[in-house]
Order: sequence, then structure tokens, then C-alpha cells
Amino acid sequence: MEAFQFSQVNTVNSALEAVRSQTETKFVAGGTTLIDLMKLNVETPKRVVDINSLPLSQIESTADGGLKIGAMVRNSDLAHDPTVQGRYPVLSEALLSGASPQLRNMATTGGNLLQRTRCYYFRDTAYPCNKREPGSGCPAIDGFNRIHAILGTSDHCIATHPSDMAVAMMALEAVVHIQGANGERSVALNDFYLLPGSTPHRENVLVSGDLITYVILPPVANGARAHYLKLRDRASYEFALASAAVVVSLSGNRIQRARIALGGVGTKPWRSIEAEHALEGREANEHNFRAAAEAALKGAKPRHDNAFKVELAKRCLTRALTNVTQSA
Amino acid sequence: MAKRDKSMTEIAEQEQPKPAETSGRFTRRSFLTQLGTASLAVTTVPLLHSAPVQEPEPATEAIRGAEVPGAVPMVLNINGKEHHVALEPRVTLLDALRENLQLAGTKKGCDHGQCGACTVHINGRRVNSCLTFAIMHAGDKITTIEGLGQNGDLHPVQAAFLEHDGFQCGYCTSGQIMSAAALLREPCGQDDAAVRECMSGNICRCGAYDNIVAAVQSARRSP
Repeated sequence: MEAFQFSQVNTVNSALEAVRSQTETKFVAGGTTLIDLMKLNVETPKRVVDINSLPLSQIESTADGGLKIGAMVRNSDLAHDPTVQGRYPVLSEALLSGASPQLRNMATTGGNLLQRTRCYYFRDTAYPCNKREPGSGCPAIDGFNRIHAILGTSDHCIATHPSDMAVAMMALEAVVHIQGANGERSVALNDFYLLPGSTPHRENVLVSGDLITYVILPPVANGARAHYLKLRDRASYEFALASAAVVVSLSGNRIQRARIALGGVGTKPWRSIEAEHALEGREANEHNFRAAAEAALKGAKPRHDNAFKVELAKRCLTRALTNVTQSA
Repeated sequence: MAKRDKSMTEIAEQEQPKPAETSGRFTRRSFLTQLGTASLAVTTVPLLHSAPVQEPEPATEAIRGAEVPGAVPMVLNINGKEHHVALEPRVTLLDALRENLQLAGTKKGCDHGQCGACTVHINGRRVNSCLTFAIMHAGDKITTIEGLGQNGDLHPVQAAFLEHDGFQCGYCTSGQIMSAAALLREPCGQDDAAVRECMSGNICRCGAYDNIVAAVQSARRSP
């Protein structure tokens, strides 16, 4: 690992000051992505600013019955919070399906959203990589691409976004609050991530000098049930091959409202408006669930080693919808 | 006299094992260091024919006198004891424990947060020490496997691992024990499947999982 200058900040303003007009400067929170990648020389900041003392660790109800989650809340604290488990259990399910207890104790809300892809070529500087070095090429497209994306890909990058939490937050229609050089702004999570296109090095709308301060979850829709289903080779401690977060409101046996997001298959956490439209107003039965899954995966572009994900993702979504509507 | 922070040199002098001394700790590490030193002395002395004759220097003492550029003084509270060290910011807590503080009970398995062998407690919570910098924890209470027992007694989890034969080669074991000890304070379901899930951040190549689960369940049930 290259040497760097280290500093610690205690306030949001001093954090912003530390990165203002600075290049090659990174915040470190839990460190579970940044330090992992610094050991691989994939991330090589000249300056590292420790934000663990920032007062952003609260989980609070908002006036309209939603939830405000500080960027520094640890994943384990968020997963075990009684309000989250009561009102947003899909978020807790998603968090607890990811990583390990040790990693969840370290990882933060903001950091989880910003975690980088597990693509083997991205993580190995011996290979070219358009995400690491724009224009150098993508060895995954014609290489070994079993864990790579089938949705949202381009000729420049097929790397999967690996977060579980972000998928649940997509289905919950989270809003990200950011402070930066130009003040404060909020961005719907659905607009936060960027498709790789021809600029895979740009993964989200943050610019240099920005800091995620908190995430807002809107109030739970009336009568909504939710579920997170994660499919992978091992039973635990592994990223998803395919996952689905579903939030569904029923009226009798009819689906009144559905929010669907897929993980493990997209270059970003994949909100599927197509699946939602295929479900709303329809009867809750497996035939309709499967039709929605077909709609969700219609634009899928399989590669040599990940073609199985198309069918796996369809079955994952179908099963998740079955699970959530059966629990009475 | 005001206490000043120790220089890296002084720390190197104080904390590296000295093969010439027969008093002090005789450990596997000091033994192997002596063996390596002896072979180093035999091979390098002929090359130094133009240099003044010296006592063969152990490899560790070759850094004596070299200040580490960029080392930052800090105080690390480990197992209740304050350690004054000077480390570069890029030194992970794992490396600080093993290499700078000779607390080698914590193991390096993957160095990337994928195995759990490096598990320690920071303010009572289990974390992977390989994915955090030592400098980030100046104000924290760090507990390692060496500090788990109290007053010479085994921690109940340590005793349970012995009673239930929860290890084979032992390399993952300190991480397993630290993980299990923290687990006692976390929400976790009652059955074995829940324990497996709550311990899933510690992997064991020997496959001692059944006995590990039995040990953890035993420790959870003991008063």
C-alpha cells in the first residue's frame, strides 16, 4: 500500500474543508471497501480523511413517519434497530444477508452505497480496466464473467454493483442527502447511480468534495409487505448471483402497489419499473409473478459465463413475490 | 520528567526479541528468529570482508537507528494497557498488533476481510483488524485473544473450545473465539443454524465447524 497523509475530522464542515479543492483525497469510514482496495493498489489516495467521529450516527423517525438514517450508522446497528425491524424489515433482511458480522460492525450506510464492484479484473491492476483506467479496455466482456451483470451493461463495462442494502433501499424509494462545495442537495437513490455507458469510472452523481450525510426512507405504504431473497453459491458470507427486494401492497388478492429491485444482476442496484407495471392491478398468483419477472429481465444481455443469471433472476423474483404474498 | 513519545528506534529496541538474551520471553517466534539470524550471519560474513568485524546482527536489529519516515506517534489501548508507538498511517491494526507489538495471537489469514482470522474487539464489538488502520483507533479499547481471559482464568468461550475440541490446526481459532465471545452480547437465534449464521464470518479450512458450534452453544448456555 502506498503511503498517504492521514487526518481526522469531527464536524461535517471540517470534513468538507478537508476535501475542498483537493484531489486524490478520500474519506475513510468503516474502511471495508477503501482499505481492501488500497491493499490492491486499486485505490491510491494521497490523503485519507477519517470521518468516523462525525455526528451522523443517528436513526430517527421523521415527522411524516419515515426514517432518517445517518451516513455513519453501522450496518449492524441499522439491521438490528427496532424501528427498522418493525417498519422496514426488508432493509434489515438485506443487510443481514450481506458480508459478515465483523464487516457489518464496521461498514456504514454511506460506505455501503458507495462500495465498489467485485469484478476480478477491476480488483487486479495487472489487467486493463475501463473503470480504473478509462479507455484501457474491459477484459471481462470476453473473459471470465460469471459474476458480472446482465442489466445496464455497455461495451465498456459489465461490472455488477454488489450491495444488498442498496437494493432494499431502491425498493423502499430512499433519498440520499449530500453536502458539498455548493451546499446541500438530495437525490433519489434511483437517480444516484450512473450506468457505465462509455464512462464506467463514474459510478454515481457525487463529485469531488461531496459527502453523503444521511438517507431518508419515506413512510411505509399502507399494508405493504416486503421481502429480500438472495441467491448465491454459498449459504452465507458471499455476494449475490441474483437477489430481489419486493415491497407489495395487496387489496384482497389483487396487487395494489409494487416496488421491485434486483441485485447481483445490474451494473447498479436495479429498480424494475417494468416489473412493477406488470404487477399493479393484477391478481397475486405465480403466473403473474413470472410474467413480471419476464418483463424485468426483458432487456438482459447475457455473456458467456453469466447467461444462467437470466433464468435465475426470473425465478428469484417469482419466488420472492410468492414468499411475500403468502405470508399472511 | 515529562514523558515524551518514544521514537521508532526506541520502540524497535524495546520490543524486538533479542536472541542474545536468555531471560525474557522464549517463544516460537524468538526461536525461529535466532535460527534465521544464525544462517544469515554465516552467509553474509564472507561478503563483509572489507568491513570491520562485527557481532552478527539479527535481521530485526538491522532497522535499529533508521527512523521510519512518516511514522506518527499514537497511543493504543490494548487489553487494558497503553502502548506508545509510532506507526505510519497505512499500518493496519492487524499488522500493528503482530509486527509492532508482538501480540501474534491475532492471525493474518486473507488480509482482505474474507476469513475472520484477524477478528479482534474494538470497544467490545468484533471487527476485522486487517481492514482498519491502527491510527484510526487511538481512543478505542482494543481487545485481542491475549486479553480475553481475566486474572489468569480462561474466558468461558476459551474453556468451551477446549472442552468441545473446537479446533484442529488452530490457525482460525483465535478469530473464532474472539468472534464467539462478542456473539454472546449480540442478538442471535437459539438454534445451531442461527449460530452458524452468526459465526459465518469466520472460516475454518480444517472444517472444525461442528465442534465450534457445539463450543459456542455451550458457552451461550453456561451461566
